[in-house]
Amino acid sequence: MQNPASGPSVRGSMMTDPKVRAWAFQLIAIAAVLAAGWYLFHNTQSNLAQRGITSGFAFLNNSAGFGILQSLIDYTESDTYGRVFVVGLLNTLLVSVLGIAIATVIGFVIGVARLSPNWLISRLAAVYIEIFRNIPPLLQIFFWYFAVLRAMPPPRQSHELGETVFLNIRGLYLPSPGAGEGLWPFLIALAVALVASVVLVRWARARQEASGQRFPVSLGVIALLVVLPGIAAAVAGNPFVWTVPELTGFNFRGGWVVIPELVALTLALSIYTAAFIAEIVRSGIQSVSHGQTEAARSLGLRPGHTLRLVIIPQAMRVIIPPLTSQYLNLVKNSSLAAAIGYPDLVSVFAGTVLNQTGQAIETIAITMSVYLAISLSISLLMNWYNKRIALVER
Amino acid sequence: MSTHAFKPDLPPPTLSVGALGWMRANLFSNWFNTALTFAALYLIWLIVPPVLSWALFDATWTGSTRDDCAAGSGACWVFIQSRFAQFMYGFYPPELRWRVDLTVVLAIVGAVPLFVRAMPKKLVYGAAYLLVYPWLAFWLLYGGLGLEIVETSQWGGLMLTLVIAVVGIAGAMPLGILLALGRRSEMPAIRVICVTFIEFWRGVPLITVLFMSSVMLPLFLPEQVTIDKLLRALIAVILFEAAYIAEVVRGGLQAIPKGQYEAARALGLGYWRMMGLVILPQALKMVIPGIVNTFIALFKDTSLVIIIGLFDLFNSIHQATVDPAWLGFAIEGYVFAALVYWIFCFGMSRYSMRLERRLHTGHKR
Repeated sequence: MQNPASGPSVRGSMMTDPKVRAWAFQLIAIAAVLAAGWYLFHNTQSNLAQRGITSGFAFLNNSAGFGILQSLIDYTESDTYGRVFVVGLLNTLLVSVLGIAIATVIGFVIGVARLSPNWLISRLAAVYIEIFRNIPPLLQIFFWYFAVLRAMPPPRQSHELGETVFLNIRGLYLPSPGAGEGLWPFLIALAVALVASVVLVRWARARQEASGQRFPVSLGVIALLVVLPGIAAAVAGNPFVWTVPELTGFNFRGGWVVIPELVALTLALSIYTAAFIAEIVRSGIQSVSHGQTEAARSLGLRPGHTLRLVIIPQAMRVIIPPLTSQYLNLVKNSSLAAAIGYPDLVSVFAGTVLNQTGQAIETIAITMSVYLAISLSISLLMNWYNKRIALVER
Repeated sequence: MSTHAFKPDLPPPTLSVGALGWMRANLFSNWFNTALTFAALYLIWLIVPPVLSWALFDATWTGSTRDDCAAGSGACWVFIQSRFAQFMYGFYPPELRWRVDLTVVLAIVGAVPLFVRAMPKKLVYGAAYLLVYPWLAFWLLYGGLGLEIVETSQWGGLMLTLVIAVVGIAGAMPLGILLALGRRSEMPAIRVICVTFIEFWRGVPLITVLFMSSVMLPLFLPEQVTIDKLLRALIAVILFEAAYIAEVVRGGLQAIPKGQYEAARALGLGYWRMMGLVILPQALKMVIPGIVNTFIALFKDTSLVIIIGLFDLFNSIHQATVDPAWLGFAIEGYVFAALVYWIFCFGMSRYSMRLERRLHTGHKR
């Protein structure tokens, strides 16, 4: 009830008006942030002047003058810091992509095994998950690197697999493919097969929509992809020439060399992340209620079709968002490379370049913005995907 | 009249009950399952006996130097034994280590009443504990006021790991709650500031944050100010974890039905009283498991301080494995480190699962 005597002058006081208060709060907050920013900026300026550190990004064009253990692009010591950045970024991406691929495979296998009706298998999967997700990833990386790979024998006593793959203290040696006489016909046949597969899938779907008849699409696609390139290889000759690493003197020559740092990092990150992915896969599959399976079976779908057409599409909706955040974690965890000297972005750029140039702010800012850009773009992609597959209800 | 006596029930077929029945249902239900069982048994046979004989039967347990391990073919636990004190306390002066022990004992004894369900006035006690204990712990660990001062550069081992993890989470909680409230605020400027802060810290790896705190923090502050290495790491960890806590708490805030907000408003409560008395008590209770999970992640992440040269549990053990006097026992060192981290993390994750079951009584159908 409003008291007519005190009137709107008391109730409408500036101090208690929610709108005015909201404005005031926001202005205070913005002012506080700006003041803090200015304070930090001012201190930094005077500190930099004091220590005689130049600022700006001109250092990116200076010659780096140090070697890098592994580089996906041509790199020599006389190249610029800018190129060092690219080399580091590519190495980060390499270990991330390898890690994600392997972690996904292990994770899905363990996750499905966790749900196996076989008691022993499901227990084993649980043991795997509980062991590996409760040990710090850095410790796992150190274990593989210092305790396993650094303790490998020298090249002459390498562990070998069929005289083609060698493992020793210098790394993992794999045979590398080169262009053979039949490479081009093989690639062309592969391209034709891919196009034909797409056409086949479209045709099969259109036919099913029109007539209800199904076509064994996956069999057809596999046949196309195997038979066409196979014929090309048989007619035109071997598409690839494999260079097998060979022991000459004290080291191996030829083939691909995977440095032990990369092996340790990939192994540890994929084993660690796989434990989390397995739990995500398990909860995703369990989230599809049993009624769905029963309904599909009573409609006459075979177990394979039930799985592919009913269970997996619904489970994926639950699995994909946390799965992406695990992928992001793996990308961020790949920065642990700095601890064992794998030349990733943090190690060569925020480490070596920072130490050489002393330009801490610029190098750290660049490094952080790369990770931020990766994270934000994947989150945006995720939000878009989530909207697309969100359950459309009546 | 003759009475019909029923014959006793036939026992169930021996193959469907008891150990045999269980095995038939769970291990050998069809040919594929049987094959899997044998593959799994083979895998276990391949892994378990060698590991057991390395870690237990062939291991060396007694002695004092590495020569004592020369005879045994298994693990050399003498290495762990001889360095155990360093793994626990770092370079903390041996005659003062009782202070660390006392800090831990006080923490446990003080926290016990919080876990007794029938304890009256739990909230008051908890608040008092949270207000008093940190000062007491700091006084005991660091010194001053009559106790000899132990510089933080001498702290190390498991003790340092626990200090970083506990201070990190305790410092991140209030900041994280404020950020979560800010992110749900109706004022656009506040929301933008909080979202930017949260997304920034969540988007970068902790390792770059630690790098930043060690090389950039000194540049950010006036030149006469020098801050301790441990404090720098703590600031980095608190800011980083606050963003994660904020997201966990936001989940709880979003799960509170709108009616609760409206009811609090209708009672005439202002914003802070509505949040403090109605919304946050419900939301925080709901997200306790999430906070425990964040704490587990933080506990594992404390091992990253090796990058800025602090001697936590992991770094102490790593340094010991590269010590020339004990070269070649890296596996023992890492296995011991893994065991300690595992016990903590596994214990906490079990606890969080139990809490989840206990707390979810009202919301789960």
